[in-house]
Amino acid sequence: MSSAAVNIELPQLQNPLMQYLRQDRIPHIWCPGCGIGTSLNAFIRALDEMQFDLNKLAVISGIGCTGRVAGYLNVDSFHTTHGRAIPFATGLKLGNPDLKVVVYSGDGDLFAIGGNHFIHAARRNMDLMVVCVNNFTYGMTGGQVAPTTPLGATQTTMPYGNFEPPFNLPYLADSCGAVYVARWTVYHVRQLTRAFKEGLSKKGFVFIEVLSPCPTLYSRRNRLGDGVEQLKYYKERSVVKNGADTREVGLTFQGDIVVGTFVNRERPTWLDAMNEHFSQRFGDRYQRYGVRHED
Amino acid sequence: MHADPKGVLTGLHFIDGDHAACEGAIAAGCRFAAGYPITPSTEVVERFAARIPLVGGVFIQMEDEIASSIAILGAAWAGHKVMTVTSGPGLSLMMEHIGYAAMTETPCVFVDVQRGGPSTGLPTLPAQADMMQVRWGSHGDYNIIALSPNSPQECFDLMIKAFNLAELYRTPVFFMMDEVVGHMTERVAIPRPEDIEVVPRRWTSRKPGEYKAYEPGEDLVPEMVKAGDGYRVHVTGLTHDERGYPAMNPQAQDKLVRRLVDKIRKNAHKLVDVRGENLEDADVVVISYGITSRIAAAAVEEARAAGLKVGHLRLVIVWPFPEQLVAELASRVKAFVVPELNLGQMVREVERVVAGRAQVVSVPHAGGTVHQVEDILAKILEVAK
Repeated sequence: MSSAAVNIELPQLQNPLMQYLRQDRIPHIWCPGCGIGTSLNAFIRALDEMQFDLNKLAVISGIGCTGRVAGYLNVDSFHTTHGRAIPFATGLKLGNPDLKVVVYSGDGDLFAIGGNHFIHAARRNMDLMVVCVNNFTYGMTGGQVAPTTPLGATQTTMPYGNFEPPFNLPYLADSCGAVYVARWTVYHVRQLTRAFKEGLSKKGFVFIEVLSPCPTLYSRRNRLGDGVEQLKYYKERSVVKNGADTREVGLTFQGDIVVGTFVNRERPTWLDAMNEHFSQRFGDRYQRYGVRHED
Repeated sequence: MHADPKGVLTGLHFIDGDHAACEGAIAAGCRFAAGYPITPSTEVVERFAARIPLVGGVFIQMEDEIASSIAILGAAWAGHKVMTVTSGPGLSLMMEHIGYAAMTETPCVFVDVQRGGPSTGLPTLPAQADMMQVRWGSHGDYNIIALSPNSPQECFDLMIKAFNLAELYRTPVFFMMDEVVGHMTERVAIPRPEDIEVVPRRWTSRKPGEYKAYEPGEDLVPEMVKAGDGYRVHVTGLTHDERGYPAMNPQAQDKLVRRLVDKIRKNAHKLVDVRGENLEDADVVVISYGITSRIAAAAVEEARAAGLKVGHLRLVIVWPFPEQLVAELASRVKAFVVPELNLGQMVREVERVVAGRAQVVSVPHAGGTVHQVEDILAKILEVAK
């Protein structure tokens, strides 16, 4: 029996946020339950809500699971070397001050191998927004101890539990001179989106820590359940304290998590300081640096 | 195109090699440099820091050489011509980013004012012992270009060439000075800007959407864009396809890595830059580069005065090594004498190319001073017998 062919024009429905991703790079490499994708979702929502000019945004990543963020975003994006996203971003920003330059990387990348660059970029107040997805571990290499691993947590290279004190990242950023410091978890998607919007609007060294589950390596090895279990933990144990003294926001193994916007202040950026200084020194002979280079 | 007059100090100067190298870089269009202090190279960036505010550009002293060597790559992707300046220990730290620059085809110049090593070695004294490190130092297969000046004048002239080659081939270019060349003061003539030829970046003429970041042209070099121009380029140190996207398979690896090597190897004949003297009738040829070439020239002169048929081949571009030329000489000369301020680096390359067709003799020197003319002359006399 024959049936009349029916052509139904289906509406081309697409998530409006897909334009922010390199769709030919999807699916991504992240594990089920990982929070990096959630953080990225909050980031592109922030871009969308701000109607950010994507041609004026560059995202730089180092190496690791979060290091892959740059590759999925449909902007000028640079996947650099391990730990060196910040100095690359420094060169890019100083090379073209018109760009908003975001460093998006993991805790091991930014604070172990890259720790020196972080403290100096914060000290200089380099105009960069640094997003650290902190999952307390080295995910890409299989779950080794990180400079953020809480005391007592088990990792492959701390098989009997971690005995090294971790960094308190907001305190580190604050003490080095960051002008904006916030911490949220991937449970706090609205607050995180707002923090990204504030960070993208802020001039100077911005630091946003995003706590994220690593179900495959951190949670499993510490018998903390799956990604959902970790989100429940974030929900139940997070305490919002905007303006908290960053000395008091250190993290412990499955303890309370202080979240919020801890620092929001003004300080001249490196480039503003340079321009101001040379203008005073050389007067009219000095042309302020920062126009685009077309040569 | 010609040099931007703003950066060119036309006239006669009495300056050292480090200062001349800086002037060459500025004349070549370099407007971004990052560096970390290290003897005997620091004067290059000190001069850059002093000069650049009124030329229009940026110098930043980074927290270490690792940061310096990747800050310049960021600035290159913002559209700048860039350099960093260092010496042995710093160069060792920069190695990962030399590989990253090679892999991402980022035009950049690394100035290495060589000192004695290994490790901290002789900070204030000369050597030519980084010659193999610049060729092979970063992991993986890639290729680079290296130049070796022997005077402050050449520090100026060849620096412009170094920047031009970085743009033409989109590869790291090494400027292999040494402590003596860096610190010797001589007359340097800086030409008028209209007499200085500079190679602009090879910007694509394609529109976003039609452009692939790593699609090579006929000479195996892809066209470039910069961040902020709407191309939404992705750059990674991972093995990548022509779009610049990670491609983790042996086919992509083979294609990419072969091209990175071949874009220099297959253009090597265009890159030959040597100074030959008395090669026509030579039985013995001295092969030298950098500061050693000035002592070698004196030895060759004395040998010829003594009636020996000795020629001198000075390598100005050291990498790629002028294989064809040396092979051709090997078929008609008796011996090569290779003096260098190391215990035998470039001599291995001479041996490889000569392949037993002539005798190859090293005149090693561990560094700290230059050779005595007699050291080289003695070897010439020995092989000329």
